[in-house]
Amino acid sequence: MAEPGLMEDLYREIILDHYRQPRNHGTTIEPTCSADGANPLCGDQVRIDVALVDGVVEAISFSGQGCSISQASASMMTEYVKGRDAAAALRGVEAFQQMMLTGEAPDIEGFDDIAALAGVAKFPARVKCASLAWKTLAQAIAEGGGSVTTDDGSR
Amino acid sequence: MTSLADLPAVERLPYDIARIRRDFPILKREVASGARLVYLDNAATSQRPVQVLAEITRFYRDHNANIHRGVHTLSVEATDLYEQARAKVARFIGAADPREIIFTRNTTESINLVAHGWARKFLQPGDEVVISEIEHHSNIVPWQMLRDERGITLKYIPMLPDGTLDLDAARSIITGRTRLVSLTAMSNALGTIVPLDAIVARAKAVGALVLVDGAQSVPHMPVDVRTLGVDFLAFSGHKMLAPFGIGILWGRLPLLESMDPFMGGGDMILTVSMERSTWADVPAKFEAGTPNVGDAVALGAAVDYLSALGMDAVRQHERAITDYALRRLADVPGVSIFGVPDAERRGGVISFALEGVHPHDIGQVLDTKGVAIRTGHHCAQPVMLALNVPATARASFYIYNTTDEVDALASGLEEVSRFFGVRK
Repeated sequence: MAEPGLMEDLYREIILDHYRQPRNHGTTIEPTCSADGANPLCGDQVRIDVALVDGVVEAISFSGQGCSISQASASMMTEYVKGRDAAAALRGVEAFQQMMLTGEAPDIEGFDDIAALAGVAKFPARVKCASLAWKTLAQAIAEGGGSVTTDDGSR
Repeated sequence: MTSLADLPAVERLPYDIARIRRDFPILKREVASGARLVYLDNAATSQRPVQVLAEITRFYRDHNANIHRGVHTLSVEATDLYEQARAKVARFIGAADPREIIFTRNTTESINLVAHGWARKFLQPGDEVVISEIEHHSNIVPWQMLRDERGITLKYIPMLPDGTLDLDAARSIITGRTRLVSLTAMSNALGTIVPLDAIVARAKAVGALVLVDGAQSVPHMPVDVRTLGVDFLAFSGHKMLAPFGIGILWGRLPLLESMDPFMGGGDMILTVSMERSTWADVPAKFEAGTPNVGDAVALGAAVDYLSALGMDAVRQHERAITDYALRRLADVPGVSIFGVPDAERRGGVISFALEGVHPHDIGQVLDTKGVAIRTGHHCAQPVMLALNVPATARASFYIYNTTDEVDALASGLEEVSRFFGVRK
């Protein structure tokens, strides 16, 4: 790389690890709510299936295709929300979106790996990629389903 | 109105790549990583030479005034410069009369002008407009809107797997009910050069008009409306060295005269009373409001620059670069190239995939090497659907690109593969 620092800000090893070996990807669960997300700008698509039992995320699965950032972020998100209740999951979404704005890792339990994505904030074109799975999760849990999409600005 | 005979001749220059590159100071800059820029996103927009930048400054510094009806010196000069730019564009595409050149904002607006000014006036429910699967969204969406509003039928010439159009199908798709065939001359997503002759002949045989989206052809190859045999030609200044915000619609004069205005307002009227207005003559009828005078004048400088190089020489240069790139990229493990395999039938646009790596990641890593490419659907989602991919990576060339820059792209791609640990 011309300047290793810049690339490593974005593509931290833990991110590449989640990209190459995504967790909770394409697993079969019995969802109580699901949502679809799309980022037309770079062709990311993600589907999130959530099994909420007594207000707790018992199981979660994601599927779809996209760039390394979108897929790694989705993988990390599923690890974070599994076993947490809906309110904690939505607090995670809020904390993640804040991190994309500030570039600062939030002081919140379970965000150790996810903090590796803080560097994405320096790459405005990639914030949508990283946020997609989280927005889709919020749609599934808070709205009970449906779809979310980000803006299209391609030429 | 400046006539073509009044225009100064443009002296032809030899195709000297080193001199050309010196005219584009931006090519010397570095990107965020510190690497030297390798600009391969020319299908999105070209860079601008110092001659065009100087013309913008010269207009605003020395001649700036609003045009038409002014009696003072600056207004007369600005009007002359604006009309001279119109004549330069006419000469550049072989139009006989500068009045056939309408200044718009971009290709999209030019196509919408035809949809509003011609199609809305003359098309009836059941009339057909034929486009193709390889169009840019700008030559799809206006016709879908018209279909929904007016009940016309919209038909598509299909794309074959190699990115070319199915010409056999075109013959049966264009029928006696077809009133307009609106086609790109070159696909922005795949680089396919469309063999217009066969389609124009079929359209003319059934009495249909032909609109050509020349956004990717006029900047890159000789285009002459006298031999093209079409009725409308739409293109953009910003893809051919001129500023953003200036576009062109060429149309046959009698057709333009028969059309309704697109927008109402100042400069496009002959008389206005409380009850009604009458329209000004072409081209003023289609240029409501204060036009983008400064950028039109700079467009004149841009076509002079291209004319000095010669569009045949521009095409020859790009064909050589494209031919080299097709061979060089084919040698990179994991790269697959979409579209026709030979540079003869494609312009300087190469869409490709790299096994195991999403296009957005390709573009991001290449940027650290200074290599600027575009990734995404390229505003051609039907093409992506036909290729069954969500997006592609696209490198596109222009007058200043070199084989060294193609090498930088190829070695950058090899590094991308290594970085993401793609299995061989």
